[in-house]
Amino acid sequence: MTYIAKPKFHHPGLKKNELGYTHRDYEGKISTLCAGCGHDSITASIIEACYELSIEPHRVAKISGIGCSSKTPDYFLGNSHGFNSVHGRMPSVLTGANLANRDLIYLGVSGDGDSASIGFGQFAHSIRRGVNMTYIVENNGVYGLTKGQFSATADRGSKSKKGVTNTDNAIDLVAIALQLGATFVARSFSGDKGQLVPLIAAAIGHKGASFIDVISPCIAFNNHAGSTKSFDYVREHNDAVNRLDVLVGRDPIAVDYAPGTVQVVEQHDGSKIALRKIDADYDPHDRLGAQTFLARHAAKGQIVTGLLYVDPDAEDLHEHLNTVETPLNTLEADTLCPGSAVLDKINASLR
Amino acid sequence: MSDKKPISSVNDFVVRFANVNGSGSASANEMFARAILRHGVPVSPRNIFPSNIQGLPTWYEVRVTEAGHLGARGGVDMMVAMNPQTWDKDVAGIEPGGYLFYDSTKPMPSTKFRDDITVIGVPLTAITNSTYTDPRQRQLFKNIIYLGSLSALLDMDPKLIEQLIGEQYKGKEKLLSSNVHALHLGRDWALQNLKCPIGLRVKKSDKVGDRIFIEGNSAAALGAVYGGATVCAWYPITPSSSVAEAFTAHCKKYRHDPETGKAKYAIVQGEDELASIGIVIGASWNGARAFTATSGPGISLMTEFIGLSYFAEIPAVIMNIQRAGPSTGMPTRTQQCDIIACAYASHGDTKHVLLFPEDPAEAFEFAAAAFDLAERLQTTIFLMLDLDIGMNHRLCRPLKWDDARQYDRGKIMTAEMLEEGRDFGRYLDVDGDGIPYRTYPGTHPTKGSYFTRGTSRDRYARYSEEGTVYADNMQRLVRKFETAQDLVPRPLQANAERPTKYGVIYFGSTSPAMDEAIGLLEARGHQLDRLRIRAFPFHSSVASFLAEHDFVYVVEQNRDSQLRQLIVNENGIDPVRLVPIVHYDGSPITARYIAKAIGDHQDQLKVTPLRKAVS
Repeated sequence: MTYIAKPKFHHPGLKKNELGYTHRDYEGKISTLCAGCGHDSITASIIEACYELSIEPHRVAKISGIGCSSKTPDYFLGNSHGFNSVHGRMPSVLTGANLANRDLIYLGVSGDGDSASIGFGQFAHSIRRGVNMTYIVENNGVYGLTKGQFSATADRGSKSKKGVTNTDNAIDLVAIALQLGATFVARSFSGDKGQLVPLIAAAIGHKGASFIDVISPCIAFNNHAGSTKSFDYVREHNDAVNRLDVLVGRDPIAVDYAPGTVQVVEQHDGSKIALRKIDADYDPHDRLGAQTFLARHAAKGQIVTGLLYVDPDAEDLHEHLNTVETPLNTLEADTLCPGSAVLDKINASLR
Repeated sequence: MSDKKPISSVNDFVVRFANVNGSGSASANEMFARAILRHGVPVSPRNIFPSNIQGLPTWYEVRVTEAGHLGARGGVDMMVAMNPQTWDKDVAGIEPGGYLFYDSTKPMPSTKFRDDITVIGVPLTAITNSTYTDPRQRQLFKNIIYLGSLSALLDMDPKLIEQLIGEQYKGKEKLLSSNVHALHLGRDWALQNLKCPIGLRVKKSDKVGDRIFIEGNSAAALGAVYGGATVCAWYPITPSSSVAEAFTAHCKKYRHDPETGKAKYAIVQGEDELASIGIVIGASWNGARAFTATSGPGISLMTEFIGLSYFAEIPAVIMNIQRAGPSTGMPTRTQQCDIIACAYASHGDTKHVLLFPEDPAEAFEFAAAAFDLAERLQTTIFLMLDLDIGMNHRLCRPLKWDDARQYDRGKIMTAEMLEEGRDFGRYLDVDGDGIPYRTYPGTHPTKGSYFTRGTSRDRYARYSEEGTVYADNMQRLVRKFETAQDLVPRPLQANAERPTKYGVIYFGSTSPAMDEAIGLLEARGHQLDRLRIRAFPFHSSVASFLAEHDFVYVVEQNRDSQLRQLIVNENGIDPVRLVPIVHYDGSPITARYIAKAIGDHQDQLKVTPLRKAVS
């Protein structure tokens, strides 16, 4: 159906958000991915989250690498600038963009090949630096565009569509992100929009490096028996530790939660996250605990999802660098150039 | 003892210091060079150092040149031999009639010397050990002590050296006085025990003028500050690291908001060169002026991104401080060996703008200009320095800045222009110069956004695999490159006194050696017109110069005469008429080398004038 142009009209009664935008204002071009692709559900979740947060669509910069996942920024936020950069290099391009203008919202979209293989280093270092971004990996464990090779997140012992068994150990990006100091770490499943949308919204509200690993089955090459990234497998092994509600503004927390089951996290932008605990013992403020919890459950073949770690008082790269509040890309010669009088003094000191 | 008359020369000689790296000799040696400058006598110093931190041989060469020849000369008139490891080679390298200065604390067998040189022994270790007990002090002050002895031998004014020490240790009185003390220890010993001065002498002059003494890397970094760079991403690599370090130092001084103390810049040390150029491209895409500094291996790593910059039309400034390649090559030796690698960097059909500064003053100017060019042309601009300019102090004209100058931010479509209903096609050539308009991310709620990609797309940035659409875009990029010809610094031509059919083309750090070689060639009876190329794409005057001369020598510091290849390729001319003169052993090219190579070739031409033979 991808050859059919997307109609521009919409139902006159379509709901509007605080800024007066409808859902349609957050959409992009029609997806060219396979029908049923998990990535399209993530695209829909991003649209939903941005609509709910009443973000001005053009104030988002969406940056990606190369691969199926990296194509998706064309399919949401059509009024935003997008940058489909180089394979595995989204993190550096995003870092540079963020340094140039700290006022935009940065959404990095990547895949498991992009972030766990060719761009593993860039993934790691952007997290280390605390770039203020929402980094989403659409993780299907397989190279789709090149027709079904294993990626570095494919579990050891899982089978490819052609029946080959993977003998390499898998990279767990969530575990790495935690270890490297990401200040917002989550995992979700493209088939669970109810969990994913608030996670994306909360990640956008977080100031610092937010990382979300979204298991997103590849309908064409990794949805068979023997795969550990198929819809069926993920549904069976999904072990959610919590569910989120993101409350924009300073609205009071809704009262329909049972006492003791909700933890409220206030974010830097004033929004609040209400975390409904599923696993009563799970503490999303305990980095070390999260790492152990993940490792223990991974050993049992379980996929832990939810908001795994958050530090609401995180600092970002701009704070580390002590940069001015004004975006660097708006500064001109009058504030950047020291001028000829200073140069004369420099000359004098060099004689 | 010598059977050759000692060299006698005032303000025109070469002193070479042979040291062990990590011994603290560098600052004493640099002070020696500066002290001569304070006498009003130009010097041209060069560091010859290993890729190592401590223990390997290092040399510092100072050419004292009242005539102002700033290229390397070749040969050594006085060797300050402080490194036993290289003794034999160092002694062998002295010109007949030259001087050997050494530490005579331990007696040396006579076989270790030469008969045709003057040997000057100063018991440096003995003097040092009798004065200082701390081992670190012994090592550091030994350097100042030999500086003191040299000042006596070369007839230098000690007041000028004291002045320099005073400036260096301003506010650190204890260090200041102990350095002055060490200086006089060495000086007094020489005056009392040796015949001072020797045949080599420094005499006060007025040939330095208002020139400044600066390293090319520092000047380029200052050019980036003046040129408005706000984002710098880099990965350490010799000989480029000092660009980023100097940029950091300059920014700390000149780029903090006086009220808030906040930084009007962002510097990131990347995890590698790929990340560095990625950050530069991300920042430039988002409207900041950004640059990276690197050397050959870094360029190799960056090429994929450079292709993206070319094809997706994103500004970037790359300062390439060239060193001897290929591969790791000779990391601490100079060459001009990345001309082809940079001109055609990346897969597919690509061409990039290169700037070739000749010295720190041009490095400053071209660095600042590079940011205007990058934003005007929306592509990568290479500032092609090399180790010789980048890491050595060079005497050059003072840096200048016009306060009325505004940055050329290129063709930016603003929210107002979009509101007016201007047609925005990201890759639409509205002015016929091949340069389209771009919008910064976040410009307008509903207009002007586009999807940047390295894949083929149409004039409105819509993905397309249509052959005609692709070719249309590639042709526009050619037009844009033609536009660049008239925007980049033009070649500078200097004609011989008499009309001649012979010309020479050169660029970058070859400049001072070439200027000096012209004099040597004239003395041999050869007249040559000179063209100094300052940028690629080549201005039309390069083709005219080639047309006006039968033979043109192309002098460069690489094996494969890369600039010559580029000229042949881009101008479609007969390669026979371009004679390669190449120097590529990692040392800076000298006037003597150029004059001999061209002179010998010219002599041959005189015997059989080729033009007559074929006509």
